[in-house]
Amino acid sequence: MPDDIILDVKGLKMYFDVSAPLISRMIRRTSKQMLKAVDGLNFSIRRGETFSLVGESGCGKSTVARAVAGLYTITDGDIVVEGENLSKIRDKTKIAAISKRVQMIFQSPYASLDPRWRVRDIIAEPIRAFHLAKDKADERQQVDTLLRQVGLSPSDGEKYPHEFSGGQRQRISIARALSSRPEFLICDEPTSALDVSVQAQILNLMTELQDDLGLTYLFISHDLAVIDHISDWIGVMYLGRICEITPQPELFKNPLHPYTRLLLATIPDLSGETTHVPLEGEVPNPINPPTGCTFHPRCPYANERCKRERPELRRIGPSEVACHAIEEGRI
Amino acid sequence: MAILEISNLCIEFPTRRGVLSAVEHLSLSIEAGEILGIVGESGAGKSLTGNAIVGLLEPPGHVTGGVILLNGQDITHLSDAEMRKVRGAQIGVIFQDPLTSLDPLYTIGQQLVQTIQTHMDLSRADAKRRAIDLLVEVGIPAPERRFDAYPHEFSGGMRQRVVIALALCCDPCLIIADEPTTALDVSVQAQIIALLKRLAREKGVATMLVTHDMGVIAEAADRVAVIYSGRLAEIGEVRSVIDTPKHPYTKGLMDSIPQIGQNLELLPNIPGAMPRLDSRPDGCAFNPRCEKAKAVCREKMSGLFTAGEKKQMAACWVYAGGDEYA
Repeated sequence: MPDDIILDVKGLKMYFDVSAPLISRMIRRTSKQMLKAVDGLNFSIRRGETFSLVGESGCGKSTVARAVAGLYTITDGDIVVEGENLSKIRDKTKIAAISKRVQMIFQSPYASLDPRWRVRDIIAEPIRAFHLAKDKADERQQVDTLLRQVGLSPSDGEKYPHEFSGGQRQRISIARALSSRPEFLICDEPTSALDVSVQAQILNLMTELQDDLGLTYLFISHDLAVIDHISDWIGVMYLGRICEITPQPELFKNPLHPYTRLLLATIPDLSGETTHVPLEGEVPNPINPPTGCTFHPRCPYANERCKRERPELRRIGPSEVACHAIEEGRI
Repeated sequence: MAILEISNLCIEFPTRRGVLSAVEHLSLSIEAGEILGIVGESGAGKSLTGNAIVGLLEPPGHVTGGVILLNGQDITHLSDAEMRKVRGAQIGVIFQDPLTSLDPLYTIGQQLVQTIQTHMDLSRADAKRRAIDLLVEVGIPAPERRFDAYPHEFSGGMRQRVVIALALCCDPCLIIADEPTTALDVSVQAQIIALLKRLAREKGVATMLVTHDMGVIAEAADRVAVIYSGRLAEIGEVRSVIDTPKHPYTKGLMDSIPQIGQNLELLPNIPGAMPRLDSRPDGCAFNPRCEKAKAVCREKMSGLFTAGEKKQMAACWVYAGGDEYA
């Protein structure tokens, strides 16, 4: 494996058991039901780059983020972080060593900060958990530096989260994520709860931090414009699978997969000139997904093979696309 | 004549620590068949304005000044009973979350028929026929079959269509759509926007589209009003406001929206954040964040001045003399 790969995800599967209780199943003679939130995902991220997952709600992008952060016990597959296979390690000290280097920023800065803790304690928690400070004074200094790094002042550390606006709170969660000096940040819709003018501030902060600290981001968002702005590589997800992985400018210049094309055609654009062909239908239920290519019921290019056989990612130019129609040259 | 005409609307919230004025001297109007977008950050007072029109302000918030005219009738201070007749019959409301605006215990058919019969003198059979027509109108496939389904059996986009059908029950002349697509996915959002546009064009419904998403405004609205800290910052035709924003806040806002294919290392942004209602600065509420702020901006609130062509107006001292500061 090349050295510069920081995260390698292979065949990731994450199923949730959504069955009715055993008694009800026995009475109604129904079987177990599995929700296949993520169903066989492959991607890798190089050091210092931003890899984004984009898709509509329910496509499994947040599940991937949480799985990579180690918040779920995955159903199947491998998550390899800097050569260590997360799903295979049992040694607690090794797990701690990895979680120190991988941190997460959540969507809602209102729900992810404990309202009873002072900001200083919130940011210091990872420092304490991983014993990264020599003494109290050192810890204090580290927190002050972090606060300044995210554009707050050291005196803000004495306040409580409710005294801050949404954008400032998101700065606090970024400071907390940075406090264990991670190399890899998982950002799950970090700006979706913010207003646009504040969103620009947070995105800029994230770009600057990446340049200064050499961070690698796994960035999750449903907003294609934000994705285009921040990413080096983009994976488009649909119903638990990646349908296209491409370098950033390619996706918007030259979208390949029919779903990506339709997604791009439907986003409202400030020019107001897009000739909209609103995409018919909605994302199907992941409990009972369509056979073959899960996009086939909405796809204008679908044929018999698409209904029957699941497409795998295939390299096309700089991109990888999972589509029979493209492979057969029908589009 | 405009369907809806608001002049000098003021909304206040008395609290223990003093009175918060959430909306100040807001004036706007909507013509038949027109979609007016209301855009602003959270807490700017855009939803409050919508709620005030339909008489659904949460106490202790209340209208302390101004007039709301619907087809020339003053509806500012109607009693609850009188307001109920106006709401539903003349004004349709679409809220953000389609799941909480539908009753989970009734089928969507029951909810539609009940609303129709409350406001229109129709027999049950006629009401049902009308309900099914409405479901067809908003694009729900197989409406006869879906008539007896419960809200949880619908997907998000379909639920929002049902809510729109409910809002249309009695042929309203005005629709207040408060973030109608925020809870939906982009592909479904495009469908709902298309539907709202079609209703305005074909039925001549005046629509007030409240949203924080400039993309939705660009796509759907004819005119747009930009609200900052409870005050109207700028109003004008959607293309002129988006292409040539005049108020410094609108300019900053437009610049900070990431756009596909822009390829900037850093996004332009407005430093700071919108002031809280209890600490709004004197003069123009935007002055602490404004590069062009002068002494007068810190002292006196600006009225609306004509800025640019086609009735584009901005509440900014820059345009007091008709020309921009050098």
